[in-house]
Amino acid sequence: MNELTDLTEPTPPAHPADPVDWPQDRTCPYHPPTGYDPLREGDPLARIRLYDGRTAWAVTGHGTARALLSDPRLSSDRRREDFPMPNARFAVARERRQVALLGLDDPEHQTQRRMLIPDFTLKRATGMRPAIQRIVDELLDRMIAEGPPADLVSSFALPVPSMVICDLLGVPYADHEFFEAQSRRLLRGPAPADSLDAREKLEAYLGDLADRKSRDAVPGDGVLDDLVHQRLRDGALDRAEVVALALILLVAGHETTANMISLGTFTLLQQPERLAELRADPALVPAAVEELMRMLSIADGLLRVALEDIQVDGATIRKGDGVLFATSVINRDESVYDDPDALDWHRPARHHVAFGFGIHQCLGQNLARTELEIALRTLWERLPGLRLAAPPEEIPFKPGDTIQGMLELPVTW
Amino acid sequence: MHIEIDQDVCIGAGQCALTAPNVFTQDDDGFSTLLPGMADGGGDPLVKEAARACPVHAITIKEPTG
Repeated sequence: MNELTDLTEPTPPAHPADPVDWPQDRTCPYHPPTGYDPLREGDPLARIRLYDGRTAWAVTGHGTARALLSDPRLSSDRRREDFPMPNARFAVARERRQVALLGLDDPEHQTQRRMLIPDFTLKRATGMRPAIQRIVDELLDRMIAEGPPADLVSSFALPVPSMVICDLLGVPYADHEFFEAQSRRLLRGPAPADSLDAREKLEAYLGDLADRKSRDAVPGDGVLDDLVHQRLRDGALDRAEVVALALILLVAGHETTANMISLGTFTLLQQPERLAELRADPALVPAAVEELMRMLSIADGLLRVALEDIQVDGATIRKGDGVLFATSVINRDESVYDDPDALDWHRPARHHVAFGFGIHQCLGQNLARTELEIALRTLWERLPGLRLAAPPEEIPFKPGDTIQGMLELPVTW
Repeated sequence: MHIEIDQDVCIGAGQCALTAPNVFTQDDDGFSTLLPGMADGGGDPLVKEAARACPVHAITIKEPTG
């Protein structure tokens, strides 16, 4: 009888599916890849297979993610042999990279972060509003003067954060073509060797810049000037650490926000009802920025490695296991967000993990929010007739193994 | 209600000041601090949200017992 019962009522295995491949390309640029659907349906922890065949845990539940992202038993130290690699570009740089901030655990991470937080407070971001508004206005003036059509990525989405971060760090914007191109190669290759070469070029450039700054009789007022004239001089940082910090601040400071502006604009143009609602009530813009951050989750796949066994949600993460936080899935957890695939300016989108959570939560989040708010509000004020200049399905966006965003955004008005 | 902030843990993310700007601010070093006279939260309903938003759980809210 038992045998018959077993045949008619098979017990489903605890983890029924094969590991899901990670990363995958998005099918629609503002939704997670359909290939991640199994991750959205199951437990808050699932198994994935990384590009090199290694299996790892994917955290997909919102509560589990918040708990584990603030768990010191998960390490962010990219120098560790057992640290999981998201792609070949990342792996090739591992041997020789000088890591900073996100790549370190406390107490080293805390020491560096504390040097920087006074420059990235909410107050500081608020104080930068007039400068950001001026940058946004000037770029739109130029775009309008040149007339439609335009590529919104190269004429607006990229230069806004690029100019802002140059201003804050004390990097000459005149060098933007160089560092933007090298940042692109660093983050997207095409081959791992390109990525490594780009890293070396950026390090050489920032090292020279730091050396020039150290010879200034009167220091400039950028973050990099402070690092050189205070932290380097008093021995708190060495030159390689200053360069590594400058690199992460410069690259993260412009690439991520640029992607949010381009993908955010594309998303709004594809959702005319939500856009109309926003234009009718600009007071909704800050909430819209949070909701777009949640919905777009452009930094998808935050990595850690377990330093010891961790029991969580009935599973055991073993010491040495790789753990990936699937932000695009976490931020659509149905138990937290009703109708999670829909944009809704009135939902409490706060508590999304698009900026991460725990000690490594984005240092530049206050600046990013301010830039996004000013850029998106002003774009619709100045160009109420903005629309796509190409069929949406033909507009290229970034592959799944990097920060998500639009490669181009042809628009007219 | 009594609010305590652990500045040894604070990472200066500014989530508290963003969520409940009438209660929390950031000092010159970027650390979370309470605005003058706000150690009891001033009845602001956003205080609990601010504590929940803290990425490193540096904010503790103590409710009076009894």
